Amino acid sequence: MLAQVNEWLKAATLEVQEYMRLCGATAVGAFTRPFYYRDIIQQFEQIGWGSLTVVVLTGLFTGAVLALQSGMTLDQFGARPFVGRLVSASMVKELGPVLTALMLTSRVGSAIAAELGSMVVAEQVAALRALGSDPVRKLVVPRVMAGTIMAPVLTVISDLVGVVGGWVIAVFQLRVASSVYWTSVLDGLYRQDPWMGLIKPFFLGFAIVSIACHVGLRTRGGTQGVGRSVTTAVVAASVAVLAVDFFITRLLISLLY
Amino acid sequence: MLGLPQEPETLTPQDILDAPGAPVVVFDKVSLAFDDKVILREVSFTLIKGHTKVILGASGAGKSTILKLILGLLKPDAGVIWVNGERVDLMNEEELMGVRADLGMVFQEGALFDSLTVRGNVGYKLSEELHWPDEKVNERVEEILGFIGLTEHIDKMPSELSGGQRRRVAIARAMAAKPRVLLYDEPTTGLDPITATTVDEEIIKLRDLEGVSSIVVTHQLRDAFFIATHTAIRDGKAVDIVLAEEDKSEQAEFIMLRDGRINFEGPSVELKQSTDSYIKTFLS
Repeated sequence: MLAQVNEWLKAATLEVQEYMRLCGATAVGAFTRPFYYRDIIQQFEQIGWGSLTVVVLTGLFTGAVLALQSGMTLDQFGARPFVGRLVSASMVKELGPVLTALMLTSRVGSAIAAELGSMVVAEQVAALRALGSDPVRKLVVPRVMAGTIMAPVLTVISDLVGVVGGWVIAVFQLRVASSVYWTSVLDGLYRQDPWMGLIKPFFLGFAIVSIACHVGLRTRGGTQGVGRSVTTAVVAASVAVLAVDFFITRLLISLLY
Repeated sequence: MLGLPQEPETLTPQDILDAPGAPVVVFDKVSLAFDDKVILREVSFTLIKGHTKVILGASGAGKSTILKLILGLLKPDAGVIWVNGERVDLMNEEELMGVRADLGMVFQEGALFDSLTVRGNVGYKLSEELHWPDEKVNERVEEILGFIGLTEHIDKMPSELSGGQRRRVAIARAMAAKPRVLLYDEPTTGLDPITATTVDEEIIKLRDLEGVSSIVVTHQLRDAFFIATHTAIRDGKAVDIVLAEEDKSEQAEFIMLRDGRINFEGPSVELKQSTDSYIKTFLS
């Protein structure tokens, strides 16, 4: 039993060490030559544009359901006109960043782990090294750059669409006047809230993509190993999103408010 | 042993490496283990410029590991590895990039990049790492594909090629930047005899016409002996593959690995005449 715990601890420490090493190499690769511009543009397109549909749908339905649920609760206090406050505050500060990040985890994180895992198994990563390319610069840096920069962009879109989703429900189902809803939306936000909603996705995007790259590049054991990597990447990145969200929120509250 | 043009005192390391008979790859008592499993035990050999080493051995004997050590994809636990006059066992990843510029590797299943066409794969190093202009890259890619007879497949994706064609594209990719040393990891495994012979002929042509030193890891005896005993001769525009003279076939040496050690090292004639029971069983 003790030996098993010891083995588990050693393996966990090694994973953390290798992950930190990858993050360090990625940071160096992001600011020093050579840059693989074509790969960077391709990843921005795949991660950003490719995730737009799922993020828009998630934002729309989240905003709508938020208006529905909070409308019922606010009715108990005769505060239905304030539904916009709840939608905007929830979407911008918390639900927009977290749900967008979780959607990115399932769509982008799984794809990255599968792609890099397959490349490792098929010796394509070894071939890259043999051909003189650094796999971190060629494969990881473009993905991490795209993930870190596109996550906030997608979050802003998700927030906006979510507020529009809330407007649809507020106006057509809860019968709140459109102008009252939009005034309430703006009233519900403190000056610092948009910053909170913008800063968090940078960290969440970085966490998702860097974890997926780390897991993908450490794939072992053929096609079965690729499957395992995808599961590990999605689970680890999802948990990381929630944990990072908590700690960054805590930090930002103490810094901004 | 070296065919040096001037007095040894005045030679630079590059002069020594450029001379006929120069050692391009040297393994000196190299050992490697993964956890408790010993893969290589004090393995020593030298690959001479323009020569071929054919490494034979059972599965898991450490054959492919030797190639990965030469490329610096793995680090030895003990021993010294020299490649083109550079000590690769002490180098970090960045320093290794310089050594790899003069090495080409053909991986077991080709390891072609799925997302790139044949043109993209073959020209990868030239455009991405050496930053050649597109026109020059295309010229070189077409030249190599012409050399290995795959010009008509230039715009196909790897998934559209047969196993043998993929292997030949992998050879083309490895030789694109004109490396001085080519490493082949099981280049004919899984191929039918006719396609395997085509791949063997490419290896011979590169060695004899382009002067590339090579290490071939295989357990396909038919292909190993074909590469060791044949030579390529240019006849006008055509290239003939014929049986080699004795002195030429001695430029191809066999290494037999057993339990991580070198069990035999020598030319094909000596290998065939060996009285060692393991070798006899292996060759039977």
